[in-house]
Amino acid sequence: MSRIERCFEALRENGKKGLIPFVTAGDPVSDITVPLMHAMVEAGADLIELGIPFSDPMADGPVIQKANQRALAHNTSLHDVLEMVKQFRQTDEMTPVLFMGYLNPVEAMGYEEFADAAKLSGVDGLLLVDLPPEEASEFNELLYQRDIDPVYLLAPTSTPQRMEIVSLEARGFVYYVSIRGVTGSAALDYGEIKASISEIRQHTNLPVGVGFGINSPERAVKIGEFADAVVIGSAIVKMMEGFDGDKSSVIKAVSDFLRGVRNALDAETHPIVG
Amino acid sequence: MSAYSMPDKNGHFGRFGGVFVAETLMRPLQELTQAYKKYMQDPDFLKELDDDLKYYVGRPSPLYFAAGLSREYGSQIYLKREDLNHTGAHKINNTIGQALLAKRLGKTRIIAETGAGQHGVATATVAARLGLECVVYMGADDIVRQAPNVYRMKLLGASVVAVESGSRTLKDALNEAMRDWVTNVEDTFYIIGTVAGPHPYPAMVRDFQSVIGREARQQILEQAGCLPDALVACVGGGSNAIGLFYPFIDDEAVSMYGVEAAGNGLDTGQHAAPLCKGRVGVLHGNRTYLMEDANGQIIETHSISAGLDYPGVGPEHAWLKDIGRANYVAISNDEAMAGFHDITRLEGIIPALESSHAIAYARKLAPELGKDGIMIVNLSGRGDKDIQTIANIDGVEI
Ligand SMILES: Cc1ncc(COP(=O)(O)O)c(C=O)c1O
Repeated sequence: MSRIERCFEALRENGKKGLIPFVTAGDPVSDITVPLMHAMVEAGADLIELGIPFSDPMADGPVIQKANQRALAHNTSLHDVLEMVKQFRQTDEMTPVLFMGYLNPVEAMGYEEFADAAKLSGVDGLLLVDLPPEEASEFNELLYQRDIDPVYLLAPTSTPQRMEIVSLEARGFVYYVSIRGVTGSAALDYGEIKASISEIRQHTNLPVGVGFGINSPERAVKIGEFADAVVIGSAIVKMMEGFDGDKSSVIKAVSDFLRGVRNALDAETHPIVG
Repeated sequence: MSAYSMPDKNGHFGRFGGVFVAETLMRPLQELTQAYKKYMQDPDFLKELDDDLKYYVGRPSPLYFAAGLSREYGSQIYLKREDLNHTGAHKINNTIGQALLAKRLGKTRIIAETGAGQHGVATATVAARLGLECVVYMGADDIVRQAPNVYRMKLLGASVVAVESGSRTLKDALNEAMRDWVTNVEDTFYIIGTVAGPHPYPAMVRDFQSVIGREARQQILEQAGCLPDALVACVGGGSNAIGLFYPFIDDEAVSMYGVEAAGNGLDTGQHAAPLCKGRVGVLHGNRTYLMEDANGQIIETHSISAGLDYPGVGPEHAWLKDIGRANYVAISNDEAMAGFHDITRLEGIIPALESSHAIAYARKLAPELGKDGIMIVNLSGRGDKDIQTIANIDGVEI
């Protein structure tokens, strides 16, 4: 069983919703990422989503685009990000780490070399925005063999046929994109999200996480009514924008925000019976 | 040898091409693939396309025997005059086709990316004519380089959005257009300007552009009485080149030369020549040759020609390179400028800087072909848009 599977199983047993913060690795400086990951776990994160910086983040809005640029300004590479996870694992054996990014840096490293290195560092899942399951079957074999879960997006535009394809290839959980748009966009249509998630559940038994546009405890709680986990990205990444060299105050701001979301989620959710 | 039949049904040209996009775009791309397949066999659609190409674009474009250039360079040079199309470049062959598809699909809003502004102008033009809202994304640096085209687009009623992210050129405009499309996918049609992007774009744009090669093949048979020895075209994303090459692919005796931008020189790192110097990777929805660093980050390209300033290239060119069917070469900024002045002076034709790269390569190829050798050079566009750049390079105030 993978760390991600264990994590969702524990959540279910405890009747809790998963809280998944996203940060871009190396943003704004290299040595903030590992302490930030630990602090987020401390503040109630169940799983950490770590962005691999890319020069052309096509599915990201301005906030995460800038995070990519900040991380690339000091050349944060995929090797560096793997190294950060290795460091994180020295004191945290439990919390799953999901890589999120774009295919090209992984392709440049080579699928097999990446899969081996990811395993060695303690990476648990991989979500490559521009690698749909149709193009991934060879790669996925390498990941399955190493207990690394390929996580896939589903979107408001996904057809039942695509839900079926994703449910065959995905492991760990399914990531539902709550909006038509890029990361960080504003309004959410809860009715549509609810309907989509119940349709997704007809195609897969995997847990469903929801992300894109969740930026407050209130929204997290609303989404938590139908999803197994919420992903919060831009709202956290935005806190890096004013960085003035004081790492501990940024880390504290992120922690305080996440603790607020954690408390709100825990106050609202109750064990699912059956 | 069996007839060429690329891509496969999933948009692969061998190991290249494919569909590498976010989930939100998978369904729209499947719908587009189906619509495109359906309408390319629909007599009404094809009639409308043909009529528009004839009466609105002004096709067929002439194949012109360039006597002065032939004498100077030393072989028989024919120019395919895409510069004479309405809006001044080959780009409109494609935008006409895609806009008609958009209309059939009931889309009310059109978006496009542009580098030199030629594709943006061609898109704004067809949008104006069909009464569709039009938004064009353009790198902030290119907006400065191609000011006349920016104004043209605005006159035509398009909004031009300056893209400030990344390297502020064509690739970033493409990223931004993709972001728009993901956000407005229900009512918006994305008209990609070259044979890049996810399937079906590389095949669809090729099919719309291959009118260039179909005409040229017939014209050269009429005028020279035989097929040419060589075809020469510049390669940015590769649409004018594939448009010329494609109808000749099964004519094995016809050699093909795609000319990339060597910028300041292939050895300087400051160029836009992924086929000559790049590595295989994935960008903008397809697998192809790219300009990237060892970590898979896309690197900045350099060319005096905004339309060639792109770090990727259409996947079909990557395939034609790998199977050895086409040759890919590169021409530096200085060589392109010399080609520009040659054709202007000898033929009275002011070419686009993009097309000047093809002219410059014709000069290099001519001695190989000899004085009886025949080549068709694709004159992909006219040079009005580049006048300011040319004057700057030549140190002239206008
Ligand atoms: C006149 C002209 N030629 C060539 C190009 C390069 O594009 P492609 O390689 O798709 O033909 C452009 C692009 O803007 C152009 O304006």
